[in-house]
Amino acid sequence: MEQKIDLTVLDQAIKEFGNQEKSLIAILQRAQEIYRYLPQEIFPYLAEKLDIPEARIYGVATFYENFSLERKGKYIFKVCDGTACHVRKSIPILEALRKELGLSETKKTTDDFLFTVETVSCLGACSSAPAVMVNEEIYPTMTPESAVALIKQFKEKN
Amino acid sequence: MLKSIEELRAFRQECKAAMDAEGKRIIICGGAGCVSKGANRVYDKLLALMKEKNVKFVLSLEKEPHSDNVRLKKSGCHGFCEVGPLVRIEPQGWLYVKVKEEDCEEIIDKTIVKGECIERLAYTENGVVYKEQKEVPFYKKQTRLSLDNCDKIDATSIEEYLAMGGYTALEKALFEMTSEQVVNEVSESGLRGRGGGGFPTGRKWSQVARQKNFPKYVVCNGDEGDPGAFMDRSVMEDDPHRLLEGMIIAGVACGATEGYIYVRAEYPLAVARLKQAIAKAEELGLLGDNILGTDFCFHMHINRGAGAFVCGEGSALTASIEGKRGMPRVKPPRTVEHGLFDKPTVLNNVETYANIADIINKGAAWYKTIGTANSSGTKTFALTGNIKNAGLIEVPMGTTLREVIFDIGGGMRDGKTFKAVQIGGPSGGCLTEEHLDLPLDFDSLKKAGAIIGSGGLVVMDQSTCMVEVARFFMNFTQNESCGKCVPCREGTKRMLEILERIVAGKGRDGDIEMLEELGEMISAMALCGLGKTAAGPVLSTIKYFRKEYEAHIYEKRCPAGECQKLKTIEIDPELCKGCSKCARQCPVDAISGKIKEPFVIDQTKCIKCGSCVSACPFKAIKER
Repeated sequence: MEQKIDLTVLDQAIKEFGNQEKSLIAILQRAQEIYRYLPQEIFPYLAEKLDIPEARIYGVATFYENFSLERKGKYIFKVCDGTACHVRKSIPILEALRKELGLSETKKTTDDFLFTVETVSCLGACSSAPAVMVNEEIYPTMTPESAVALIKQFKEKN
Repeated sequence: MLKSIEELRAFRQECKAAMDAEGKRIIICGGAGCVSKGANRVYDKLLALMKEKNVKFVLSLEKEPHSDNVRLKKSGCHGFCEVGPLVRIEPQGWLYVKVKEEDCEEIIDKTIVKGECIERLAYTENGVVYKEQKEVPFYKKQTRLSLDNCDKIDATSIEEYLAMGGYTALEKALFEMTSEQVVNEVSESGLRGRGGGGFPTGRKWSQVARQKNFPKYVVCNGDEGDPGAFMDRSVMEDDPHRLLEGMIIAGVACGATEGYIYVRAEYPLAVARLKQAIAKAEELGLLGDNILGTDFCFHMHINRGAGAFVCGEGSALTASIEGKRGMPRVKPPRTVEHGLFDKPTVLNNVETYANIADIINKGAAWYKTIGTANSSGTKTFALTGNIKNAGLIEVPMGTTLREVIFDIGGGMRDGKTFKAVQIGGPSGGCLTEEHLDLPLDFDSLKKAGAIIGSGGLVVMDQSTCMVEVARFFMNFTQNESCGKCVPCREGTKRMLEILERIVAGKGRDGDIEMLEELGEMISAMALCGLGKTAAGPVLSTIKYFRKEYEAHIYEKRCPAGECQKLKTIEIDPELCKGCSKCARQCPVDAISGKIKEPFVIDQTKCIKCGSCVSACPFKAIKER
């Protein structure tokens, strides 16, 4: 599945945050919201627009956990593995999701780009442990069974 | 736009009068815990029912109040997340727990129309029904200062913040005090940084105030990254103006004109609420140029984090705001001299700023009456793990762990026994039963080998393996190590390898000693706070649970029964029907047998993956 990258949409972000180095993270965040990952093509484009070396932009993009250089699925499952969720057994949930979708620690996104399964250090929803976040919504007190049911729900929705 | 102190006072009076005139209120907790359990659906249902039943209601503070209107409000987090969604009825102060959509009709008919309490919705513990929130044991031992407004006001309304006395401290700092007096008051209060370090806030402020290098900056660390901590989230989401007010006062005290709030990426609602609060404050002239007609100007900015735990460290955080990789640098020079954009910078945590308004309003002497001699005030804690009442609490410094865990937290879940509590997240340590009477304050905890940290308290019962907990934290820190200095980058990696080996049943003689040696080395030599404290969980678990480590290494046994690789998986011949399902499921062909006769697992081949356990239709396969 090839995706065409429209770079001009970044101009709005550059205009909004200002073309200076301190705006870089905000601009990359916007780019990630637009494309759902950071396509390679944006690095030379931003380097020229912001007048900073491409290597520095790449350095920032790879430093922060939230930036992804690989395309992600439509539904991103973030299984919380913070302390509170961990002690209330979050790993079996992760394993069940991976098993259901044929994913692993290295293969995080399904071939049809529908699902991505990853872990997150803490969602700050510790009172609802174990929690799973799908895109922006938090699902509380999950079990391996309810997580798998959730996948089915999203598949039907699609 | 308010142009003077008189205009602000008059406007506040108006807001207060409007709030005082409200009669009945239904306050629904809008915290993350309750929302994820359906609080928004309860709100919508109550709203629909009041329309349907012609109950007169309002959704925001009225200009011309009528006391017969029912006020329906979504507030911030009430803290008692375990039994959410929570609904409080005022003026009676009744608390309804685990409210579902189906309960809404009764709430309107009985409670709102007839004024009767629905006892089945009230909190019940050991057979006692607690109608009023303030009587509930979870709330009784708390002193809520920085969280005071969270369960009372609508976070999106600056009018409600004003009605609760908001921005009176700013007023005082701007018109009745000199900047030196503000610094002195904070110093005098004994307030210490709530982000973990416990550095005296007043001393920090006075160091920045002394600098002659302009502009100066006020930075707020809202990068609450410790797994198991969510108290700063509550202040940012539920009472954003309290944070803004504290930061503006820091600006007055230190001569700074720009403020930056660095918010964690996982908190989109906090970003939205703060943005809205800044816009409202600017609209009223409480932020921006010539605040309340004075010469004082202060502008506020928000930066969203991008997921790097190390950005909770001061110099890494300022680097991130500058648009760089968030890596700490060697100190000195310190942030107070060369901080953000190389200028003098006051850098404090959310909760620290949230305490400022009260200190200015009520004075240092009052503040010192709360807490202990060297740790004044209160501390918020996120109480989680295998505890009955998970939630967000605030107690005076010096409260004992026992009071927090058993009186407020209600003890352990499912009748299990207390084993340990992890305090201070990945930088902290584990405390055990012998520490239950330890007062929670900066100095006592340090002595016991833990830290208050940002205030995460993860309670663990007998089913939690302490070696696995240590591995979990080391995995976290190792992942988050920025890689700049060798002790942390390489040291945490080696420690993690050893821990992984131990929980996998391949521990060797000398591993414990090596962990201790590496841990002490990293603590002494790492560049920043993240590295220096990285070994805390490992060293403290070795100190208090050495026997558990030894059982893993020498007996290949996990006393808590948690470590998968140390389990023995066996087929019960009594229950096995010989269907061969398990044998087909086994990835390493460790199971064999004749059809319709009991199957057997070859323990030398078994990799303890557990897939046979879930495959067996007769529950004949057991893990030990």
